[in-house]
Amino acid sequence: MSFLVEMIEIHKYFPGVHALKGVSFDLAEGEVHALMGENGAGKSTLMKILSGLYQPDGGELKILGTSTKLNGPKEAQALGIGIIHQELSLMNDLTVAQNVFIGREPRHSFGVLNEAELNRKTTEIFSSMNLHLDPETIVGTLTIAKQQMVEIAKALSYESRVLVMDEPTAALNDVEIFELFDIIRKLKLKGVGIVYISHKMDEIKEISDRVTIMRDGEYIDTVDSKKTALGTIISMMVGREIQQTVFNVPDTSMNELALEVKHLNRGKYIRDVSFSVNRGEILGFAGLMGAGRTEVARAIFGADPKDSGEIKVFGKTVEINSPNDAVRVGIGYLSEDRKHFGLALGMDITSNISLASMKNFTNTAGLLDESVMKKTAQSYVEQLGIRTPSTNQEVGLLSGGNQQKVVIAKWLLRDCNILIFDEPTRGIDIGAKSEIYQLLEELAAEGRTIIVISSELPEIMRVSHRIAVMCEGALIGILKGGSEVNQEAIMKLATERPSPIHSLGA
Amino acid sequence: MDQVNKNMSSNSTRKLSFSVLTDKDMQQRILAFASLIVLLLFFSIASPHFMQMSNIIAILQATSVNGVLAIAATLIIITGGIDLSVGTLMTFTAVMAGVVLTNIGMPLPFGVAAAILSGALCGLCSGTLVAKMKLPPFIATLGMMLILKGASLVISGTRPIYFNDTPGFDQISRGSFIGDLIPAFPIPNGVVILFVVAGVTAFILSKTVLGRYTFSIGSNEEAVRLSGVNVDMWKMAIYSLAGAICGIAGLLIASRLNSAQPALGLGYELEAIAAVVIGGTSLSGGRGTILGTLIGALVMAVLTNGLRVLSVAQEWQTVVTGAIIILAVYADIVRKKKVN
Repeated sequence: MSFLVEMIEIHKYFPGVHALKGVSFDLAEGEVHALMGENGAGKSTLMKILSGLYQPDGGELKILGTSTKLNGPKEAQALGIGIIHQELSLMNDLTVAQNVFIGREPRHSFGVLNEAELNRKTTEIFSSMNLHLDPETIVGTLTIAKQQMVEIAKALSYESRVLVMDEPTAALNDVEIFELFDIIRKLKLKGVGIVYISHKMDEIKEISDRVTIMRDGEYIDTVDSKKTALGTIISMMVGREIQQTVFNVPDTSMNELALEVKHLNRGKYIRDVSFSVNRGEILGFAGLMGAGRTEVARAIFGADPKDSGEIKVFGKTVEINSPNDAVRVGIGYLSEDRKHFGLALGMDITSNISLASMKNFTNTAGLLDESVMKKTAQSYVEQLGIRTPSTNQEVGLLSGGNQQKVVIAKWLLRDCNILIFDEPTRGIDIGAKSEIYQLLEELAAEGRTIIVISSELPEIMRVSHRIAVMCEGALIGILKGGSEVNQEAIMKLATERPSPIHSLGA
Repeated sequence: MDQVNKNMSSNSTRKLSFSVLTDKDMQQRILAFASLIVLLLFFSIASPHFMQMSNIIAILQATSVNGVLAIAATLIIITGGIDLSVGTLMTFTAVMAGVVLTNIGMPLPFGVAAAILSGALCGLCSGTLVAKMKLPPFIATLGMMLILKGASLVISGTRPIYFNDTPGFDQISRGSFIGDLIPAFPIPNGVVILFVVAGVTAFILSKTVLGRYTFSIGSNEEAVRLSGVNVDMWKMAIYSLAGAICGIAGLLIASRLNSAQPALGLGYELEAIAAVVIGGTSLSGGRGTILGTLIGALVMAVLTNGLRVLSVAQEWQTVVTGAIIILAVYADIVRKKKVN
């Protein structure tokens, strides 16, 4: 076997984080090498080093057997390394051919474009991929799958011998995945090496030759995909220490039903999701990125339209078509992206906390009672322990944990009894994290109903009374939380694609 | 011990953040204000006629219409939008006042109501286009600008409507109740109206729900929507208020000319936006002050007036005005870079 790429003992540091701790990875000619790990394991960082976006802080990178230092994506391209990002980076209004050769358009003299040559060259690449596609088609009119093919063609046009595919099937349906795999097999025959990043176990089994597993920036092992049992790979991915403290789940099964969701549907994002949560209960939502957890939350909250489904709040069927409706029945949503969807960063703490409850502070003449507003904000600052010099502080200047507390205060003030937390500790340091967890427990103990969405399994296991696991828009199963649950059980459900028979039948 | 540490750290942050906050707010105003002072000094040294009472009154009088329009534009710009229709809406409301007073012959208060209500209604139209039909504000108000220009011409039969039959109409802008009381300060009513509109709008912006939502929407519309606020409704309210203020501007200009001139109005929207921008209001929304806008409008008026006093040719006045706008905004960008 001759290696196209060898990465040996690679280290990478970011401010405060040791992101890669001596990771090794190699790629042979004509091989599909899968790279697996949980969110945040360091896969993307490693691939950014391979594509020249990051420079390693230690270790060696060999390309075609020679030690190399890549000073940017251009140099990586020149050495035949192409990367296809999860979010496609095509210009929708240009043709397929114009996209493939963007920045390297064949020209006549005086800078006049040679469109004929452009289309001819593109057709050449397509035929080498056995792909039938008119080079003059506008990219925006193609399906996501076809756009992905165009990305691959673009990568190949650089005469790439190494292709990195970052979750290429995330947006594809079964037929399209089949087409993609067909192309991958053809590329293999031509000797192209492919790094395949995916969370989906069945795909790894089907398309890859070897799997390298990473966890928390560390290299775990490289194994043969066909010969290794799925369970072994999963336990290598999650093999973290079990929780230090055993978490006692309070019994809330006798409490009244707070929220019932029945047969919720929205396109391919949410497929027939049904569940219920009791008063005082914390229901965790686990799943990999793109599993549809946020979509479910947004649909319940009325932030996105839903196709069908019934929502009951404390036994009463409610019609929720906008966040306004949701708030009225006592549902609050704390977005994963606080900066875009949760806070007005340029405004002060007082304004942000009162944003959803302005009516409380308005007299009959429509004037705001600034002093009551400030006092209320101050009481929440004390109650939640928001660390700030004053309630006049601009929210943008607070730390992530304190910003999150401001959002929580906003919903507590609005008196929302059902709170949906989407990635409540994203971008929050470890100390503040445990504070947020404690806060969640206190809120539940007060009788509020909590839904927590998180991509971090330890977090889900730390706070959830029950754990709902989603994959590809469907709710696969609900597990009991506390000491009975383990990461392997969750991961198994999270990678279990809803069976085609089930989705056909639905 | 822990408590002590906490207190100490919070004290030091307090000092730091306090100075940052003050800097941001003050610098924005100081910059516009300083340029106003510089212009005033320059012109008063350059020409002995500039600082005379009659000329100062003329400057204030010239500020009144553009100032009121700029206040309307400020509201929209704080929401992160833009309003291109304020100029022709002003003319439209003047024509509506003319129809009610001269063509129908109703008494003065009805004309005032007609101008303000028709302004609010047109504002509501723009607001509906933006909030409900999701048109970009630029396009929605560009359309409204042309529709209103055409409508003014159609309704008036392309001829000016005079207010000779409505005694006292010209006093709305040109009269001076202050001058009647204190003859040494013959400040025209139009100027008083400008300051009243500015005061009321500043009050609405800082003390009412409407004002709070105006800033919130400009700061992060999606976050406001996800807080359960009916963003569409509030946006329509803001556009309506801006429209009503344009109606006041319509009354001011009609009163000053003692006629509704249907061909007038185009170009006023850009002068208004220029005043807002010079006043330091961010075109990306979420920040802005009425005081800044007032100063911006004064800068524009002082510039035009001063150059005229110095007998600079009109075509050169336009060039200088353009250069001042670019300079003002560039200075603002440099300042922001320094703050960051």
